[in-house]
Amino acid sequence: MNARERWIAYWTLVLRETLRFLRIWIQTVVPPMVTTALYFVIFGNLIGERVGPMAGHPYRDFIVPGLIMMSVITNSYANVVSSFFGAKYQRHVEEMLVAPVPHYVILGGYVTGGILRGLVVGLAVTAVAAVFAEVRVHAGWVLVAMAVLTAGLFSIGGFINAVFARNFDDISLIPTFVLTPLTYLGGVFYSIDLLPPFWRELSLFNPILYMVDAFRYGMLGVHDSPLWASFVIVLTAGTALWVLALSLLRRGVGLRS
Amino acid sequence: MAAALRLEGLRKTYRNGHVALDGITMTVPEGDFFALLGPNGAGKSTTIGILASLVVKTGGKAWIFGHDIDTDFARARRHLGLVPQEFNFNVWEPVVEILINQAGYYGIPRRRAATRAEELLHRLGLWGKRNQQARNLSGGMKRRLMIARSLVHDPRLLILDEPTAGVDIELRRSMWDFLREINAQGTTIILTTHYLEEAEALCRHIAIIDRGRLIENTALDRLLERLHQETFVLYLREAAEDLPDLAGLRLRRVDARTLEVEVPREAGLNRLFAALDDAGVQVLSMRNKANRLEEVFMSLVGRELDERPATKDTA
Repeated sequence: MNARERWIAYWTLVLRETLRFLRIWIQTVVPPMVTTALYFVIFGNLIGERVGPMAGHPYRDFIVPGLIMMSVITNSYANVVSSFFGAKYQRHVEEMLVAPVPHYVILGGYVTGGILRGLVVGLAVTAVAAVFAEVRVHAGWVLVAMAVLTAGLFSIGGFINAVFARNFDDISLIPTFVLTPLTYLGGVFYSIDLLPPFWRELSLFNPILYMVDAFRYGMLGVHDSPLWASFVIVLTAGTALWVLALSLLRRGVGLRS
Repeated sequence: MAAALRLEGLRKTYRNGHVALDGITMTVPEGDFFALLGPNGAGKSTTIGILASLVVKTGGKAWIFGHDIDTDFARARRHLGLVPQEFNFNVWEPVVEILINQAGYYGIPRRRAATRAEELLHRLGLWGKRNQQARNLSGGMKRRLMIARSLVHDPRLLILDEPTAGVDIELRRSMWDFLREINAQGTTIILTTHYLEEAEALCRHIAIIDRGRLIENTALDRLLERLHQETFVLYLREAAEDLPDLAGLRLRRVDARTLEVEVPREAGLNRLFAALDDAGVQVLSMRNKANRLEEVFMSLVGRELDERPATKDTA
């Protein structure tokens, strides 16, 4: 395949993936908006009034970046894991495997689809947040870069999960038992400065903390850890997972017998 | 004439130790209509899986129009169209999108893909269903959709793995016509089927695989020449009390008004009918008990097509 043909194959995949989640918007875009609205009603307004300011910002404003990032992470992951596992389950993944599409184009197409869903849902959640709290932009490039990189990282994670998954239970294990706890403990609802020293130190091993932290800096201008650390972590993890996912595809793990 | 497909010592041993292919070597000439036959678990689907890069071979080489499937896989795959045995499209996608996306995976621009999809959907009678989700199609329509999808990138070699399984007779005949048409236009076709009547009606060359080995690969005419005798079923007007004794022909009573007779190829039928006439036995109609190719197949393989082998195929 020449460069133009690879580009066409890539956009075919991106378009297919984007249409897939937009076609079922009631399942993909609306639920995070409803959940976010509930978070704001309960944590932002009812409990937040009693919590008082955090890191110099009203509590409801403080949780906005974390809630947006949580949606980006869960949706980018969910998009790729469900779509690629569905392709394996229905065997239409074979449509790509019999064609001369390079593996990195397949992976790139799925990951871009995951990033787009993460960003679309992130924007929808931001719109909901704007109803309940003040949405600010302190450093726009940090916001965009961290949202895209984080969505990309978790899209690749979703892809790897789908490669190994043998049934529908396998695609919900990681989101339920790994992603959700790490996200909730990743500073979405609090600053880690509030934690006792042991838990604070332990939290520093949670990569999601750095992503939420950098995103919060992009919105509010406050952060717990250095900005560069967030970018180094997300880029390193993303590169490592990309190499792993590509290797799995090349070896045909879970795809070829 | 160039070879559309060349296999040399193709082997596949699964992790559980099952040998699915044990050194298949064969060539399919360009433009041929070729049947790959064998009982269940013989290795037909494994062979196709290897060519489509869905199964990893453990030995041997394969070339599609001279392109090595290992070292020149992009060109090899470009020439190959595949209609697998089981439905493998996204049932939630509209019919036309399935075709356009498939073309996209071959680097065909969307506009050109849409034109090609329209042409194929018209030819296969699916244009009226183009915007429906594939899950809403009938079984026969799904089969035709898979054929349309396999042709969207204009492959020179089309492999169909039991394309008419579960398809009604009328639709099967129309699919045969379509396949004959594209073969006449130059597409090489390799077909696996359980309907030997289908192979006999369509194919010029036949290869038979059994237990992972190629046991026959020849022209259909030559294969049929080996047919030493045929069995006919005769339906009588009235029950026959006494049957004539015919040297060289084995006559057997199935029920009061039905007979079976085994006729050696060189013997012909005149003597049979003359003897029956003399004995006052009136024959209303007759039919060939088995398809001719089926009889040859049985004599070569020793069992029927859908009889499973002792070992389990994990393909």
